[in-house]
Amino acid sequence: MKAVAKKRKTKVTPKRTNKKAHRTIAKTTARAATDHLREWLQMLAASPRLRLVDLTQTLSPDFPPIVLPPEMGQSRPFRMEQISRYDENGPAWYWNNVSFGEHTGTHFDAPIHWISGRDLPNNSVDALPVEHFIAPACVVDCSAEARADADFLLTVEHIQAWEQRHGRIAAGSWVLMRTDWSKRSDPVAYQNLDDTGQHTPGPDPACVRFLVTARNVLGFGTETIGTDAGQAAHFKPPYPCHYYMHGAGKYGLQCLCNLDLLPPTGALIVAAPLKILQGSGSPLRVFGLVPTRRRG
Amino acid sequence: MAQAPMRTKRKNPILRTPQPTLPPHARSRAALGLTAAAARGALELQVCRDCGAAQYPPREVCRECLSSRLMWGPHNGQGQLLTETVLRSAQELYFREHLPWRIGIVRLDGGATLVAYVHEGIGPAPCRVRVEAALDRAGEAVLVAVPPDKRTNFSADPKLREMTCDPQARKILVTDSKSAIGQAVVRALAAAGAEMIWVGEAEPWKKVAGTATLRDLPQVTAVPLDVTDSHSVRELAGEIGAKVDILVNTADCHRTLTIGARGALDTAQLEMDVNYFGLLRLAREFAPLLKARAADGPESSVAWVNVLSIFALSNYPPHGTYSASKAAALSLSQALRADLYTAGVRLINLFPGPVDDEWDQLEMPPKLSPNALAAAVVDALRGSMEDVYPGEVAQDWLARHRDNAKALERELSEGSR
Repeated sequence: MKAVAKKRKTKVTPKRTNKKAHRTIAKTTARAATDHLREWLQMLAASPRLRLVDLTQTLSPDFPPIVLPPEMGQSRPFRMEQISRYDENGPAWYWNNVSFGEHTGTHFDAPIHWISGRDLPNNSVDALPVEHFIAPACVVDCSAEARADADFLLTVEHIQAWEQRHGRIAAGSWVLMRTDWSKRSDPVAYQNLDDTGQHTPGPDPACVRFLVTARNVLGFGTETIGTDAGQAAHFKPPYPCHYYMHGAGKYGLQCLCNLDLLPPTGALIVAAPLKILQGSGSPLRVFGLVPTRRRG
Repeated sequence: MAQAPMRTKRKNPILRTPQPTLPPHARSRAALGLTAAAARGALELQVCRDCGAAQYPPREVCRECLSSRLMWGPHNGQGQLLTETVLRSAQELYFREHLPWRIGIVRLDGGATLVAYVHEGIGPAPCRVRVEAALDRAGEAVLVAVPPDKRTNFSADPKLREMTCDPQARKILVTDSKSAIGQAVVRALAAAGAEMIWVGEAEPWKKVAGTATLRDLPQVTAVPLDVTDSHSVRELAGEIGAKVDILVNTADCHRTLTIGARGALDTAQLEMDVNYFGLLRLAREFAPLLKARAADGPESSVAWVNVLSIFALSNYPPHGTYSASKAAALSLSQALRADLYTAGVRLINLFPGPVDDEWDQLEMPPKLSPNALAAAVVDALRGSMEDVYPGEVAQDWLARHRDNAKALERELSEGSR
C-alpha cells in the first residue's frame, strides 16, 4: 500500500521542465542548424583557404578524471590493455582493449547527464539530432583573466562586451570559453586542487541563464574538467552550467584544447559523440574548420 | 632526525651476477606440518593423541605406540645442545656456496632429538638452547638453536641472515605511500635502515597530508605508480625494477559496501582493480626482476610483502566486496609465492584486522594502528615467517578460522542481520 501511494505521489508532482516548449525549441534549433550549416559551408567553400584545428586532448592513462569524494561513484580514467601486437595472440595484427568513463578526456555532455535534463526527449547521446554535430563556434577569450585568477567567472557583462566587438551570438552556436587552461600540461596544475576543492574558471549562474534563454546557444565548451567552474558546487544552483544548459536540452564540451587557434567567430566545430545507448556523454574527436584569408 | 641511510658497496658491473641456488627442499607430506607452523613463526611438533608422545622428524604414525592419530602441537623449544660440528664440505650447491656452516644435535625437553643450525651466540656444547622454527630460502622449515633466554636476531648472524629478509641496507619499493598505512610503512623501513625507498604515488593531483614530509626523508624518492594502470607499472619496473630488493605492496582500495548496495558493482570492480589486478600487474612486471637478483651479494633481492586483510580468510559481509577482493589477492599471492620461491625470494602476507583509518571508522576497537602494522612489516622482514596476523582481532580470527572456518563464517554473517 505504502509503495503504491508513493508512486502515485511521484506521478502527480509537476516536472520542472516544460517538455512541449522544449520540443519546439529543439525543432527550431535543428532547422536553424541545417539552414545555417549550408550557409556556413558555403562561406567555408568561398574562403580562399581552410585551416583545420584539432581541439582534442590525447586519451591517455595519465589524463586526470574529475575528482569526487572517494565514497561516491567514480568515473574511471582511460586504461588500455593490449590484445596482441604481431605476436602469438594475434600474429599479424596489433590492437587493444580500452576502458574509460563516459566523461573522460575531451568529452561531450548530453542533457541526460544532469537531473534537470533527465526527462527531456532525445536527451542521450544515441538520440541526439545529428545536425547538431556541426555548428559554429563563438570563442570568448578569457585567457588573461584566467591567468590572473584561477577562480575567474565569466559574466553576462563579459558576454555583452564580447558581442559589442564580434556581434550577437547566433542561436545554435557553441560558446567556447578560452582560458588557455589546456596549456597546463602538468596534471597537478591542470586539476588545481587544494583542500577547498578545485580552482578552475567557468561561467557564473546568470551568464549561463543568459546564454540559454536570451541566446539559445547549442552548448557551452571549456578547456577545464567540467563546463562549470571548479568551485561551482557552492553556487546557486550548484553546477549552474550543467543545471541550466542540460535542463534546456543544451550540450557541454569539456577538456578542449587549442581554442587559441580559433577566431572569435567564423569557425565551424565538428563534435559528434559516440552513439552509446542511453549514454550520458562520450569522449570524442572535436575539430574546427577555420576559414582563412590568402596570405599577403 | 632521520637516520642516515646505509650505503652498500657498489657492484662490479663486469662480473656475472650470481644465480640463486636453493637448499634441499623436498619434504614429505607429514613434514610440511612443520613448515606450516614455521610460516606463522611457530615451532610445532607432532604429538600423539593416544599416548601423548612428541616426535621428530614427522612420521605417519607415532613411534611410541604406532597410533596414526597424530596432531601438531606447540613446543616451547627448550632443550639441550648435545654436540655440534662445522660443516666444511657439501655436494649441495646451496651449502657449497655458504660453507662453513655450524650444525648441532639438540635434545628437546620431552625427548625428541633433532639436527639444527646453531646460532653463533651459543656454545660450546653441551649447553641449554631454545629451538626455533625458521624458513630457509626455499621456504621450507628448518630448525635453529638459539640462546635460551635472549630475543634472537638472526640478521646479526652471517649465516642465519639467510633465513631473514632484513630491510637494513636494502632498496625498497612501497607501492602506495599516500595511505596512512603506506606512510607508516615507509617511516618504519627508513628507521630500520633501508638504503633507499621508492614511494609510489598515484593520482598526483590528490594531495594527501604527510606525503610532503615523507619526501624529506633522505632515503625517500617519490615515483609515479598507479597499480590500476598497466602502463604505469611497466614504466616503473623498467626504470627501477632491476634495483628493487624488497617490494612492499601497500596499494589498497577499501570501500565499505554490502554486495546489494547501489553502485556496489562498479566499486567492487575498482577494489578488484587495485587489490587483485594491481597485485597481478606488479607481479608480472616486478617478480621476474626480483628473481633475477636473488643471489646478488649480501643485499640481494629478498622479499615481496603484501598487506592483505583478515577479511581475506572469511568474508565480513559489511565489507563484502572488499573481503572478496582480498581473498582473490590471497589466492593470487599463493601463485606468486610459488613462483618467487623458485629463486629463493620470500613472499610475506600480512592479515591485519580493522585498521584505525577512515575506512574502518565504524568498526569497534580494538583497531590496529598504522604504526603497529608498519612495525609488523619490519618484524616480519627481520624474522623468518611468511604469514603474519598482527593485532588481537587478527589473532582471534585466525584462531577461530583454524578451529572451525564454517563456524566463523556463520558468526560473521550474524553481525550483518
